[in-house]
Parts: sequence; structure tokens; C-alpha cells
Amino acid sequence: MTVAQPETQPQGLNFECETGNYHTFCPISCVAWLYQKIEDSFFLVIGTKTCGYFLQNAMGVMIFAEPRYAMAELEEGDISAQLNDYEELKRLCLQIKRDRNPSVIVWIGTCTTEIIKMDLEGLAPKLEAEINIPIVVARANGLDYAFTQGEDTVLAAMAGRCPDKAPTSDGEKGERHAIHKLLQFGRKPEDVAAEETGYVQHPPLVLFGSLPDPVVTQLTLELKKQGIKVSGWLPTKRYTELPVIEEGYYVSGVNPFLSRTASTLMRRRKCKLIGAPFPIGPDGTRAWIEKICSVFGITPTGLAEREQMIWESLEDYVKLIRGKSVFFMGDNLLEISLARFLIRCGMTCPEIGIPYMDKRYQSAELALLEKTCHEMDVPMPTIVEKPDNYNQIQRIDDLCPDLVITGMAHANPLEARGINTKWSVEFTFAQIHGFSNARDILELVTRPLRRNHVLKDLGWDKLVRETVTAVN
Amino acid sequence: MKLAYWMYAGPAHIGTLRVATSFKNVHAIMHAPLGDDYFNVMRSMLERERNFTPVTTSVVDRHVLANGSQEKVVDNITRKDAEEHPDLIVLTPTCTSSILQEDLQNFVDRAQIDTKGDVLLADVNHYRVNELQAGDRTLQQIVQFYIEKARKHGDLSTEKTSEPSVNIIGISTLGFHNQHDCTELKRLMSDLGITVNAVIPEGASVHELKHLPRAWFNLVPYRELGLMTAKYLQSEFGIPFVDICPMGVVETARCLRTIQTILNQQGALVDYEHFIHDQTLYVSQAAWFSRSIDCQNLTGKKAVVFGDSTHAAAMTKILTREMGIHVVWAGTYCKYDSEWFQAQVEGFCDQVLITDDNGAVGDAIARAEPSAIFGTQMERHVGKRLNIPCGVIAAPIHIQNFPIGYKPFLGYEGTNQIADLVYNSFTLGMEDHLLEIFGGHDTKEVIQKTISADSDLNWNREAQSELNKIPGFVRGKVKRNTEKFARDRGFSEITLDVMYAAKEAVGA
Repeated sequence: MTVAQPETQPQGLNFECETGNYHTFCPISCVAWLYQKIEDSFFLVIGTKTCGYFLQNAMGVMIFAEPRYAMAELEEGDISAQLNDYEELKRLCLQIKRDRNPSVIVWIGTCTTEIIKMDLEGLAPKLEAEINIPIVVARANGLDYAFTQGEDTVLAAMAGRCPDKAPTSDGEKGERHAIHKLLQFGRKPEDVAAEETGYVQHPPLVLFGSLPDPVVTQLTLELKKQGIKVSGWLPTKRYTELPVIEEGYYVSGVNPFLSRTASTLMRRRKCKLIGAPFPIGPDGTRAWIEKICSVFGITPTGLAEREQMIWESLEDYVKLIRGKSVFFMGDNLLEISLARFLIRCGMTCPEIGIPYMDKRYQSAELALLEKTCHEMDVPMPTIVEKPDNYNQIQRIDDLCPDLVITGMAHANPLEARGINTKWSVEFTFAQIHGFSNARDILELVTRPLRRNHVLKDLGWDKLVRETVTAVN
Repeated sequence: MKLAYWMYAGPAHIGTLRVATSFKNVHAIMHAPLGDDYFNVMRSMLERERNFTPVTTSVVDRHVLANGSQEKVVDNITRKDAEEHPDLIVLTPTCTSSILQEDLQNFVDRAQIDTKGDVLLADVNHYRVNELQAGDRTLQQIVQFYIEKARKHGDLSTEKTSEPSVNIIGISTLGFHNQHDCTELKRLMSDLGITVNAVIPEGASVHELKHLPRAWFNLVPYRELGLMTAKYLQSEFGIPFVDICPMGVVETARCLRTIQTILNQQGALVDYEHFIHDQTLYVSQAAWFSRSIDCQNLTGKKAVVFGDSTHAAAMTKILTREMGIHVVWAGTYCKYDSEWFQAQVEGFCDQVLITDDNGAVGDAIARAEPSAIFGTQMERHVGKRLNIPCGVIAAPIHIQNFPIGYKPFLGYEGTNQIADLVYNSFTLGMEDHLLEIFGGHDTKEVIQKTISADSDLNWNREAQSELNKIPGFVRGKVKRNTEKFARDRGFSEITLDVMYAAKEAVGA
């Protein structure tokens, strides 16, 4: 039930590992959304000019993130070990503390700190004690990880910082909840009490994965409808409010790229992982809720109707893509979930490229993908890990898919060859989780098709050719 | 270690790749970890490039780190040679992989045995030079490579063209308004009866490089890219070069007069005075603009200027000399070029600022309280915070520097563009007075529009706070749609549930 044991390998799905030359964003890009999510944080990326210029120009975040994000730019003296890493980092962190006073400094290690073997994990506790500010170390380097996995490294590191005991003594409790009480000011005690009722008795559940606040509220509410109480989210809006994680707590991930966080929570915090498909698309959201319910012995109510209702409301979009094909070049590790949802919408998918495939953490999702293919009676996609972009483009030439979901580097050239594309990165930043946001996924997916529909009467060649009409 | 929030110039490999990919049929191989290849994104997105960016990353991962990368790099070079038949493959590491201290020259030599095209290792120090210096160096390296190759094969063409001719050096992909400047420069040369012998590196084939010595002179519009090549060609073949950036009416005239002198020294008989006169008076509107009544109010207004050496120096001169604007300080982030910059702006501004620390620039702007800023995207951002208008005049590049319409900064059309930029950056003429008299355009706070004034709908606390989390630009729409939904269904209170139900039903 609790998936610590690997489920049986889905038959029929075809896995390949091309180990090719492929393009995706650097995992340090997680700074772009995590600094917004964790409002009292400061992210310090310890790397070179190459890292900094990436965040500045390709991601375009630097200019907006400035107050809570910076580069510790490694210079020649750092590389050749003429300077003392500890003293240098101390100087920078003291300045950050003085200028910004964050609740936590997250050190983002890069390829360069890996290569010069800078012992960030060793330095952090010493410095933390000396300057009295928590320092979390995440190695979001491109040697080991791709794009969204950066979030995985940060959350895995933060998992270690969650308090391991719920406050027990009244005094402590009082203090901890002082702010909470303040916020409750003016509400009748029975209101607060009423909020606590309506839940089924079940072991505490903590969800992990960084989602925009409205989506957090939506998913929390969906579970509440089934009587399930979410005890906390990792990450939280504020570092100081990280959820309590005790041994034996149940945890479940909402993003497919968090395998390291999942294993950290299982091994280090002795949590029980609920391995479910991810709450993306009405089918995935339903499966996700059902799985959590089944673990807690709850019979979910109204889910089938709910899913059906969502599908009905999506029909205007679904009819645009039904019977069409989609090809994933592979970028953000959301590929399996998105492909499963789009196949359920009636699309076919010949290939799912993905930078990294954790078959264990994604086993429930893979099983659902396989089941979906069977039910929709479409061929199983080939899942290509670490694809070779050059080879993929040859395959796209052969297959002529109706839509290619790809990284930014390939979009314009593919469009120029008459292939419809959608940037994969948009799915990273859009709100795609839960029942109601399925619409947003389809809004993105259908946009190239709708755009082309708008332009189709013009075409390329008769764009400006006037048909001669008689003038009276 | 340096605490950095912003970078005015990119890392070295970006410069190398800009030069390599500007050439036709040249491929670059990056020896780099996953994610270091964002150059492809920049080029594909900013330039709206229709072709795949000719850069392939030979990915350095944990496995390569443990076992060495020799076979992988060599394999990738020979593979690309077979797949795309480029004339030249340029190999470059990044800051990261350069620390591995592998013998990349050896990889290149080994790959060269099996490749039809040439293979070259970009020779730059990734920790000592930035994008601009690396680009300059790589261009010179490629030119030298093909000059020497031609010399060895005995097909170097050194005979001068019969008519005056020029090599325009330093036009590259992802340069600040480079494409439009190039068009303008070609037009300018054509008007002067000068044949363009070559434009490098943008759009050039490496096979053309052996004909470079045929030109009568080299024109280097931007000193950040091309100066090393021009100096190399001067020392090898005695080709004179002009490195005066033709930006602004006065500097363009100075550039053209220098060209005139150089051509006449080589036996041509040219006189550009009439051309300069006509262009200044009738083609460029800038000279008239500075004398128009509208521009009168610019006199003595305070401005600050910051950018790369070329653009910042030229802009300082234009503002002071051509428009009577008081430049409080002018600065550049090209620290390696500070001597030249200081000499250029001497007498045109009160103070000079040489730094690549955006914080120091921001502070200097705040202290000066200018009426307008002319700087980079960073200064535009600072200007927004301080409520000071900013015209962007220099890299780092941004999608706004790749406009669809024609917007050169150089030549006579460039003077018009710059006049527009200045005009639009300041509040001018009557507007200036009206603002002073009436204290601004909008003196009343905008009242939130709602669908009806007597709304009997009540948003509960959670829903209200949820509504507040929605980005401002769509909040109004979400509010209206949710209220319409609630009214249709007879809800009197809007809760979170109602809100999400509305979203599902009407996409609010």
C-alpha cells in the first residue's frame, strides 16, 4: 500500500536511454521559482559567470529577484585555491545578513563547486553557528541533475531542517501559535473548532513539492473534501514555518521530479511514501486523491462525478486535439504526466523524451500511463531517457507530429519547418496541478493549434495575393 | 569570491560562440555540463533564428568526470563533421570545464585527422576575460588561422581592389542592434562609392577570409569586437583601420573624414564634404531637432550615461555636444578599456565612472538625480525604481534590442533613432510646464471598477485573501466572473469553494 516496495515494472512501455547531446536548462534555474515561493529566503548561487549569465539572460530572473538572490561569483583565486573558501563565504553571507536579513540562506552548489570539490556541506554548519543564520546546502549541479531536479535538491536539503517533533508543552505551543492566534483574532472560538472537524482520523500527511499558493490551497481543499487533513507542505511560504515531520508520518509528492526528496523523507525521516500518480489533469488528480484515500482507508466520494464534470467542461479544448499526435523532446521531467493526460484527451504520443527517468518514484504514474494507453487503445509511447536532440529532429521529420513540446532552443527552428511547438518551460511555470487547472494545460497545448487555425486562411504564399474582383 | 547581482558582460564562451555562429557554415562544440548551453536559447529566442543554432554540447556529466572526456569530445567533433559538413568546427570549454585542465588542443589535433573540415580550439582564458574580450580574440584567431592557411596554400589574395573598398569588422549575432547598424553602414559605404569587400563575422564564409587583404581599409564600428583583428591585419598587410564609431552627427562626420584621408593617401581622390553637409542637413533630422523649439527645454537638463565603451562614449558626446544636455557623469563597465574611455569623454561630462558593479552605478544615479538615464537594461530597472526615465543604449542585450522595425544606432538614420530615444526619454516642451502647474497627470486615485455598485455579494475571508493572491492584471476578470457565477447560481457569499467552482465552470 505505502509504496516503499517497487511496484511491478509496467510491461509494454518501451524504455530507451540514448545518452545523447541534449539541451535543457541548468538545475540552478529552480532559484527562479523557489525564491518567490519561500518568501523569507535568500538564494546564493556559488558558481561562475556562466551560471550568473544564465539566470540573468536565459531565465531573465536576476533583475526581479535581486533583493533575495545573488551569485557568489568564483574568481581565479577561488578556483586555484589561493583563497580560503570559508572566509570568502563568511564575508559574503555576513553582507547578505546585514543587507537583507533573511531567515535562511540557501547555498546552491554548481558544477564548479563539484569540480573544485568545495566542501559546502562541511562549511555550512560551522558558518551557520558562527553567523547565527540557518544555511541550507543544495547541490543543484548540471553534472548530476537536469532543470527541475534543482528543486529536488533544495527540498531534499530542507527536509532535513523540518522540526521532528510537534510542540508538546503548553508554553511552547502557546508561543508557536502566538501569531496564528493573532490571525484568528475576532473569530469566534467555535469557528476555529469547526474548522478542525469534518476530518477523518488518520495519521499525519505532509505533501512535498513547490506549487504556487493558490494551487496549494486547491489541492488541500480537494483532500479536505475527502476528510483528509494536510498537516503541512514542504516547502512552506516561510522557512520558519517548515512543517513538523515525525517518524511514521505519511508523505506524498506532487511533482514527478522529486525522487531525491522522496528518498530523503523515507530514509532519513522514516516517513511512509504514498506513491501515487501526480495530480496533473483530472485523471491524474483523481488517481492521486484515490491513492491517498486508499492508504487511509477512506472511500472517496464524488470523485468520478467530479472528474466527469471537468472533462465535460474541457470538451471545447479536447475536441481540438483529439486524434492528433504529440512528441515530447524532453526538458522538465513533467513529460510522463503530461503525456498521460494528453493521451487521455485522445492524443497519440510516439515518443516521450525525458532527461532522467526514476522508474521507482514514477512507478504509479508509469502504470497509469500504460493503463491509459490500453483504455484509449493507442500505441505505447517510447520513453527515451537522455535523448539526442539531433536524432530526435530526424525522428520528428519522419513522424511529422501535430505538436512538439520542446525546450526554448528548438522551438523557433521547428516552427520554421512547419512543426507546431509549445515551450516545455511554460508547463514548469504555469499552474497545472489539480482539477480546475487542467483547463490551463489545454489552454497552453491548444494555443499553437488555435493560432495556426487563425492564420491558416492566409497561408505563407498567398499572404498578400489579392484575388481580382470586379469593381462596379 | 564576488557577491554579484548582475553582469554587464557575459562569460568568455558566449563571446566565442557569438563569433563562431555568426559565420556561415561554422559549427561550435561546447565541452560543458548540462545547462551551460543556454547560448542556443538566447540565439534562437532573441534573434528569432529559423535554423538550429550551430552549437552542440558534448555533455560533461559525472561519468565523463570520472573517466575523462577525450573520446566523447573527439567523437562529437567527427560526428558533427560527418552530419553537417561544416567548414570549421570551433571547440570551446566554459568556465566550468576549463578547470578540468584537459588537453583540449590534443582532442582537436586528434579529431582533425578524421574530419574534412577544419577544427580549432578557441584560445581564451575563461577566468581572465569576459564575453567581449573573448569574442574579439576568437575573431582574430579565426582570421589569422585562415590567412595563414591561405598563405601556406599560396592562394592569399593581397592585390587591392580597383575601387576603394572596406572590410566591416565586428558585426555579430546577439550584438546590440548589430543587424540594423550593418545595413546602415553598408548603405553609407555605398553612398560614398566604397565597395564592401567583406563583412565579418556575420554571414561570412571562412573561405572569404583569404580575400580580406584586398580591402583598402578596415572599419571597426564597435571597439569591443574587431579591434584585435584590425590590428592584426594592419601589422600583417599594412591595412589601415578606422575605429571611430559613426554614432551621432558629429562623430559620423569625423569617421567619414578619416576614411576620406585614408583613401586619398592611397591614391583615391574623394571629397565627402558635400555628402556630409547634405546628410547632416537633409537626411538626418537630428541636427534640426536639436535646434527646434521643442528641444529648447532640454538645455541644461541633467542626464547620466552608462554602457559599453563605444556606446557610452558616443552617447555622452551626442548629449553634450549635439543637444546641450548636461551629462553629470558618464561611465562604462569595460574596465579593461578605461584609459580610452576617459580620454574620449574628457570635457563632455563632470565625472567618469568605471565599474562593473551595478550597485555602485545605481547609487551614483540616485545621488545625481538626473532627469534621464541612458544606460543598459539594468539602469532602466534602476530608473523604474527611482521614477527616472531611461533610454537603453548598450548591451547586455534584451529582446527589446531585436525590434522587427528598422532601428539602427549608427549612421544618419541612427541619428534619427537616437533623437527619438532622447526625445521620448525626457518630458518635453509644454508637457513639462503642464506637469509643473497641475502636479501630474492623474491626481486622483483610480477607483476600482466593479460590475455593479450595489453588489450584494460578500467575499468571505479565505476567498478574499485567495483573490488577493491572484496577479493584479487578471484579478479584476476573476472577480467579475466569480461574482457573475455566484449571482447566476444564487450564492450570497463567495467562499473558496464557490471561487474554484466558478473557475471550473467558466474559466474565471
